[in-house]
Parts: sequence; C-alpha cells; structure tokens
Amino acid sequence: MMWFLRALVGMLLVGTASIAAAQNEQYIPLLSYRIGPYAAGGSGYFGGAIDYFTLVNLNGGINGVKITWEECETEYNASRGVECYERLKTRHGGASTVEPLSTGIAYGLFERVAQDKIPMTTNGYGLAISAEGSVFPWVFPLGTTYWDQAAAMIAYLGQKVGGEANLQGKKIVFMYHDSAYGKEPIPVFDALAARDGFELTKIPLTPPATTQESQWLQVRQLKPDYVILWGFGVMNPVAIKTAAKLGFPRDRILGVWWAGSEEDVIPAGDAAKGYVTAAFSATGTNFPVMQEIVKKVYGSGKGNLEDKSRVGSIYHTRGVTYAIMIVEAIRQAQNHFGKGKVMTPEQVRWGLEHIDLSDARLKELGASGLFPPVKTSCADHEGSGMVKFQEWDGKTFKTLTPFMAGDRALVHKMVEQGAAKYAAEKKLTPRDCGKEG
Amino acid sequence: MLYREAGQFKSTYAADSAILPIRQDRIGLALILLVAFVVIPLTATPYLFSAILIPCLILALAALGLNLLTGYAGQLSLGTAAFMAVGAFMSYNFILRIPGIPLLLAFAGGGVMAAAVGIVFGLPSLRIRGFYLAVATLAAQFFILWCLTKVGWFTNYNPSGVITAQPMVILGYAFDTPPEKYLLVLSIVTLMALAAKNMVRGNIGRQWMAIRDMDVAAEVIGIRPMRAKLLAFAVSSFYCGVAGALFAYAYLGTVEPEAYNLDLSFRILFMIIIGGVGTVLGAFLGSAFIVVLPIALSTGVAFLDSTLHLNVPSSVGSNLELMVFGGLIIFFLIVEPHGLARIWQITKEKLRLWPFPY
Amino acid sequence: MQFFFEVLIGGLLSGVMYSLVALGFVLIYKASGVFNFAQGSLVFFAALTFVGLMEHGLTFGAALAVTLLVMILLGLLIEKFVLRPLVNQPQISLFMATIGLSFLIEGLAQLLWGANVRGLDIGIQDEPIGWIADATGVNVSKFDLSAAGIAAVLVTLLALLFSRTRIGRALRAVADDHQAALAVGIPLQQIWGIVWAVAGFVALVAGLLWGARNGVQFALTFVALKALPVLILGGFDSVPGAIVGGLIIGATEKLAEVYFGPYVGGGIEGWFPYVLALAFLLVRPEGLFGEKIIRRI
Repeated sequence: MMWFLRALVGMLLVGTASIAAAQNEQYIPLLSYRIGPYAAGGSGYFGGAIDYFTLVNLNGGINGVKITWEECETEYNASRGVECYERLKTRHGGASTVEPLSTGIAYGLFERVAQDKIPMTTNGYGLAISAEGSVFPWVFPLGTTYWDQAAAMIAYLGQKVGGEANLQGKKIVFMYHDSAYGKEPIPVFDALAARDGFELTKIPLTPPATTQESQWLQVRQLKPDYVILWGFGVMNPVAIKTAAKLGFPRDRILGVWWAGSEEDVIPAGDAAKGYVTAAFSATGTNFPVMQEIVKKVYGSGKGNLEDKSRVGSIYHTRGVTYAIMIVEAIRQAQNHFGKGKVMTPEQVRWGLEHIDLSDARLKELGASGLFPPVKTSCADHEGSGMVKFQEWDGKTFKTLTPFMAGDRALVHKMVEQGAAKYAAEKKLTPRDCGKEG
Repeated sequence: MLYREAGQFKSTYAADSAILPIRQDRIGLALILLVAFVVIPLTATPYLFSAILIPCLILALAALGLNLLTGYAGQLSLGTAAFMAVGAFMSYNFILRIPGIPLLLAFAGGGVMAAAVGIVFGLPSLRIRGFYLAVATLAAQFFILWCLTKVGWFTNYNPSGVITAQPMVILGYAFDTPPEKYLLVLSIVTLMALAAKNMVRGNIGRQWMAIRDMDVAAEVIGIRPMRAKLLAFAVSSFYCGVAGALFAYAYLGTVEPEAYNLDLSFRILFMIIIGGVGTVLGAFLGSAFIVVLPIALSTGVAFLDSTLHLNVPSSVGSNLELMVFGGLIIFFLIVEPHGLARIWQITKEKLRLWPFPY
Repeated sequence: MQFFFEVLIGGLLSGVMYSLVALGFVLIYKASGVFNFAQGSLVFFAALTFVGLMEHGLTFGAALAVTLLVMILLGLLIEKFVLRPLVNQPQISLFMATIGLSFLIEGLAQLLWGANVRGLDIGIQDEPIGWIADATGVNVSKFDLSAAGIAAVLVTLLALLFSRTRIGRALRAVADDHQAALAVGIPLQQIWGIVWAVAGFVALVAGLLWGARNGVQFALTFVALKALPVLILGGFDSVPGAIVGGLIIGATEKLAEVYFGPYVGGGIEGWFPYVLALAFLLVRPEGLFGEKIIRRI
C-alpha cells in the first residue's frame, strides 16, 4: 500500500517536480515480465538487478556515473518483447546493453542488436553457440551456457557413481520442455552418451505439461538410474509431484537451473525434499553484497521486491549476479576509455569482452561464492562454464558441490563447429579475434 | 454534405459493383495510399516502423485471412497462427532448398502450402459447425506446431529447432532497413487486400456469405457447400501463410514454432471481432487497435508514473495494463458489437448529412 | 498388463480432474449459450484468493467460506456487467468478451495477491495407497481418488439441483428457450445470476484440487485448455458428457502417449485429445451427449 500513499503525495507535488535530464547516466533498458505464467521468476530476477543497480547508485555510481533504467512489460511474449526493445533502445540517450530473459525474445533481437550495435546478454539461456564471440559479436551468454551446463550435469552424475567411467551402461532419462529451449542441450548429451557409454532416453514434455502421469509411468518402466529434468514453469513442480506419486525417488532427479528455484519446489511441498538441481548462482543473504542490499537498499525503502522474504531467493540472486557482471563490464570499459564518462554501447561491448571477475575481484565486490569467476574475451563470450549443484531440503537449497565444470574442451569444439556452420549459413565473415586481442 | 454521393450515377453493372463505387472513397483510399507509401516512409521514426507499422500490417494481413473465413464464410477458426507458421517454415525451406528462387515466389509457395494444410483441416467443417468447429481447429493449432517442433527437416535440423530468416533480396535489391521492410510489407499487404476486396464482391464472396447466413438454404439455391467452404479455408490459409512468412522475415528474424502459439491465434481473432467481422477495413482497424492499445497503455502508465512520481511498483502497472486491456475489449464489445468498421459506417452516414442532424 | 492398467487408471483419474474444469464451462453454456473462456481464470482466481486468505491468518474453513462468497459475488458481477449488456449478441462476441474478462480477472488476481508461486496443502497426500499397491502392484494416488470422489459428489449435487429443485427446472427451461421461459414468467436474469454463482463455486472446487496438485500459480489458467477437448467430446451442454468426456480423454491421451508416443517422438498429449475429439465429432457433430441440432430453412 506504500505506493498508494506515495502516489497521493506525488500528485500533490507534481506541480513543482520535473524530470531530471538523464544525459550523464548509463542507461540500461529492462525487458521485464511481472505478469503472466512466468511472473514469479521475472519479478525476482529484475527485482534483483534493480536492487543492485540501486546499491551501485547509492554508493556513488560507477566512478560517479549513475545507472538509470526503464522497464517495459513483455509478458514473456516475443512480439511484445521486440516492441519493448524498439521502444526503449533510444530513450535516455541510447541503451548500453539489453537483457530479455526469454529465449523467444532473444531470438527476435538477435539480428536487431547486431544492426543497432547494442550488446545483448543472455545470462543462463539462449543459443549455446553464441558463446563464440567471433561469429556473434553482439551476444553474450555470460557465465555458463546450456551446453556447458549439460556437460557439468554429466560430470556431476559421474562423481556420484564414482567417476565418469562408471557411467558405462547406466540409464539416464532426459525429460525436456518440448521447445527450442529443451532441445538445446541434446547434442551435448548425445555426444557424452557416445563417449561415456550411458544409455540416454529422451522423453519430451509438451508445455505447459500440467499432467505428466504417462511420462513418469514410462520412466518407471525404464527404471533409469537418473532423470535429468529440463523443464520450465509449472511443469517442474508437477514433475516432482508426479514422480513422488508414482514412487520415483526425487534424489535421482537432477534439474536444470530453471527448474531449481524456490518457485519450482514450493508448490510440490514435501515431495521435493532431496531433489537436486544445477545453479549458476548461489542463494541466500549471507554474502556481503547481499547484506549491503538488505541494509542500504531495503533499509532505505528503495528495494524493488514487494515481498522482502524473497530477497536472497534464487531468482533474486540471479538478478544480482547479472547486474554485477554488467556493472563490472561498464567499469572495465571506463578503465579503458576514460573514468567517469558515460560509455557508448560499443564501449560497453568492449567491457563485456574484458570482464575479469577473478576470485580476488569477487571478494572485493563482496560476492565471493555468489557465482563462479568469469573471464571473457573477444572469442569467449561465456567466460565461466561452471555450475554448482544444490539440494532442496524442504526449506532451502543446500549446496552440494562447489562451482564445477564438465568437459569444456568437448563443448568448446562443438561451439566452434556450430558457430562456423551458422556463419556459413548466414554468409557472415567472422571477426578476427587474434587481431583485436 | 462532406460525403455526398448524390449525382454519382452508375449506368453499368460493372460500375455498380466496382470495388469502390463512390468517388469520395476512391479519393480517400488514394490519399491513404499516398500517405502510406510516400509520407510515412519520409517521416516515420525507426521505432514506428519496426515496432508498430510492420507488425500492424502483417497482423492485419493475417486478420484479413481469418476474416475471409470467419467473417465472410462463417467458419470460426482458432488455428490461424498455425497456418501462419506453415507459411513461415515452408517459405524458409523453399529459399533454403531451391537455390535462386525469387523471394516473392517463396512467400507465395509458403502461402500455397498453408492453403493445402488449411484444406485438410477445413474438411471437418463439412460436418461440424459453430464452437465445435472452433475447438476442432485447435487440433490444427496444436498438431501443426508439434509437427514443426518434431520434424527436423522443417528447421533444417537446427539443434534448437528455430529458423533464421534469410535476407530478403528481390532482383538483387536487399530489403534490410526498417523503411525498406515496411515498403515491401506494405506493397504485399495492399495488393492482397485489394485482391480480397475484389474477391468478396464477386461470385466467390457471395457464395461464402450465402453459406455463412444459412448453409442449408445456400445449398438449396445451388451453391456447393463443400467447394465454397474448402475454398474459404484455402484462401484464408493462403493469406495467413503469407502473413506468417512476413512475420518471420520482416519482423522477428529468428523464430521458433512457439512464436505462432495459441495466443497469437486469439489476438488475430480479437482483431476481427474488434475491427468488424465481415469487412476488409475491419481487419486493418482491429489490427491497429490490438497492436497499439497495449503499447499505448504501457506508455501511458509509464508516463503518468514518471510525471506524477507515483512510484507505482512495476508489477502493479503491468497488472493494471492487463486489466484495462481486458476491460476495454469488453467495453467495445458492449458499445459496438459490430466493431470499429461499423463506427466508420456510422460516421459516413453522419458526414453525408452534415451539417444537418438528419 | 499391470502397466497397462496403471496407465489406464492414472489416465481416468486425470480425466476426472479435467471434468471438474469442464463442468464450469457446461453450466454456463447450458444456461446462457455463452462459451465462457474465463473459466480457467476463475479457477486461478479462486485458488489464489483462498491461499492469499490463508496467508493472512484465516483458518481453512474461514478461508473457504470467504472465498466462496467472493466467487459468488464475482459470478454475479460478471453476469450483471458483462453478460447482461451483451444479451442477444452473436456467440462469437460473447466468447471474445469472456476472453477479455479472463484478462481482467487474471490482472485483478495478481494485483490483489501478487505473482508469487504458492503451495497449497488441503490435507490429502498425493501418494500411492499402500494396500492397493501391495495387493495388485498398481499405484493409485490417495489424492486422485479423493478428487474423483469430490467430483462425483459435485456432479450428483448438480444433477439433483437440475432435476429436483424449482431453480433447476427454471434453469432447464431457460436453457431450452430463453424467450419461452421469459414468457411463462421465469426471472431470466435471476437464473443467470444463479448459474454464474454456481460456476464460481465449481471454479473454487476445481481451483483447490488443481492448486493442491500443481501449486497455486498462473499456470492454473492453462487447465482450461485441457477442458476444451472434453467439452467437444461430451457436448457443450451436457453435465454427464463432461464427466464421460473427461474419462475418455484422460484415459486415451495417457495410453496414446505411452504406447504410441515413443514411435513419433513423443509429446503428443498436447494435440491428441483434440484430434480424438475431432474424430468423434465427425461421427456425432454435437458431441456424445450434446443436444441434436436440427437445421431448418
């Protein structure tokens, strides 16, 4: 109700107020979604990003340059997202980078960002081959792509059975969201199945998949050692509950990170206990940077989440993770092009290609352990490739492993081949990263 | 007085059944086309082109297709987006697999494939009607998208199951900036709209309307319902198919089948209901309304928020937008159930008498 | 064979869940000829309101009572402000109006209670019943069986309401012919108000059961899509049709997915019910139990 009181006060003050000119501010458009089927995730993620931007501003900005942002509701819908992008990109002197947090919208923006020369980040989703910066100069799947996640998942399962060699002859079911998103990791799983000799069965779930008896009965028939759940939205809790109903042990289900948030397990209740998922960021408010957000941002009533108990939830820390990387990129760009200046999109892209969030730097930022070290370059727009695994104990996610990577060499080779094929199809000439350094 | 048709005599049947029998309409249309083809390309901003005008025109074309089927032939369909998807994915494959195929031929080919699929899913209409048919067309919606997701051939075995539209080149000229894309889309849409207008005033259109108004009676006076209905499905799907191809090529660029989901079908149905069932003009008005309204609402909320310093939480703003959108749809349906095109007709009546009240 | 029965039973029990949603559609369609697409949103609204009230400290019973009142009120308001002004408009306009209505309800629900995903525990565990599993090896969920029981009670109640009470007779008269009903002095608007209130009640029951099953979240509105093939199969205006249709759809879609799905790459559950219903329609264009339409010139 606070906003309502503020609204009243605001209306009284409207005569005297004026909109501040935003010429000396670094502008970031936020294509957020706070309504619709994925609203819970969207509000947490963009809330987290805004909270960190607010914190940076409270601490004096990036070398004095304040960050400004504007939101536009996409409802997770591709055409609305494209419209939002077109509407926001020219505001406040031009967008410096954009993050749609939706596979469909990202596809719609692929060519637009290249034409407009605005770097787009796709943190934790998007095309895995876009990690190849020489072919995709304007797209940044920062952190870890789906392919690296898939490899890390197999590495984790290998650990559980005492070495990847022991996966020989094991049965793994890959249960996936029947869409571009769900099909993305299949090439990596196929390659690893061929290498390690495990038996991979793929079972698609047609979204929204509100009932899954048939799929889980099939799983029970197959008696697999593990099930990898690559779902999104309501299908995750339904999968966990159906597994429980049919007596499949939850500790043998391994979820993708988009199946690994509170929103995915709480609806499943007790059935979700023992369920394991991947994650690209840690959870909780124990990190110094999260403490600062709680104290400074929420303490002064500037927090973005209405429900304060969600501060430090998975989606919230994902948003903070994204924001830290973006701010670091802008800071790197300023170090190179001039401190205290507003960076152009090209300069921000340079920054995004020179992120160096080492362990030491993460510690300085108070984010040690929040996400893995990230070091990007002209050719490598991913920078990390590491994932951690966590288990739901009924109340919180408990960390099972530190951040770890799978077979990155194999994934890297596949990314190179995939990107080369894409470049050939689109008749693109890849840039020469050797020259740019 | 402004819109007086007195003194315009028609002495032949041909003149009487012309597309635009009234001089004022001809002048009006010429003016609109002048603005659309000359003034807008010279003045509009890139935002206007790529976020509003292009999707508006493309969706108007799809709405026009649906309107031929639902508004003229009386067959309710909820599978519009799926037919659009067929057009898009088949155009992609034509260009991919037949080297040197002209772009427009590929679009037309996509449309023809959509028409073929439309005929197949139109077959049940011979026995089923009304809402039963509408829900049955949902079978098309879900089945077609499933096929596009499942069969790798459609996406050239892309691991993510998406297609990336090839550059649009006609006779060596590349349409890649927003104004160029707009002009290309506008030309196609204008030609197809004129064709539609021409169709509905002729024999085919009259057969459709007879079927719509009462199919048993139409059959009695010698109209073959099978031919008329299937033709309606084919023509409608052709329009949708071309619109779908444009949606991929001129608007989204890289698309997954999910871009053509049930939501889009509903949006297009909204367009013809709000715009006016059974009118060509309605498709355009409805498309403009449905595309622009949410944008206007969200800009409005953002503007109020920033000028009044309301600090409305974004989620509240978004939810209010959704509610107002729903509310306005209900409001329009109550106030003018025959759509925006009807409002234009009423305006014409008024203009005819102006300045006198009656 | 045991596996076959397991799939069959699982399917039949999911079918009951579809029927619950379909019932709400049937009630409205039967009485006013409106294909109410907002039924899914009503289910969502009911479940969210219930959970929201529980979060504010109400007991289960109190929350249930308040939600029921809210749903009845909502039903009456919809009838008064949306349906009544649209009387005698073409069916498609009414259909579109209910889609607009669904936006309105979805926005309102999330405005009031936020977009958070919540769990809902109604005290029935979703786990296999031990003795059945021991005796036959088939897993039957306690929850699903209870849901089936609740659906049975609900249908019986509705059947009694329709056949044994004065209101029920009036309802049937209205469903048959609005004008004739008006002519013999049946208060049309009052009857429609009652139908919408009852539809609100059915939405509440469906919302609680679906919410307990899948969590209370926006995706509850999608269950409407599961109810549509049930409706065309059973007939838009038949209560028993909704139940039988639900059972047929539930069972066949699961069996098809398990036995036929693997040969074509799986994931056929999305369209299979529609194609099945379409096949049925080709034989019986009014659905299994729908009223036969006779067309005259």
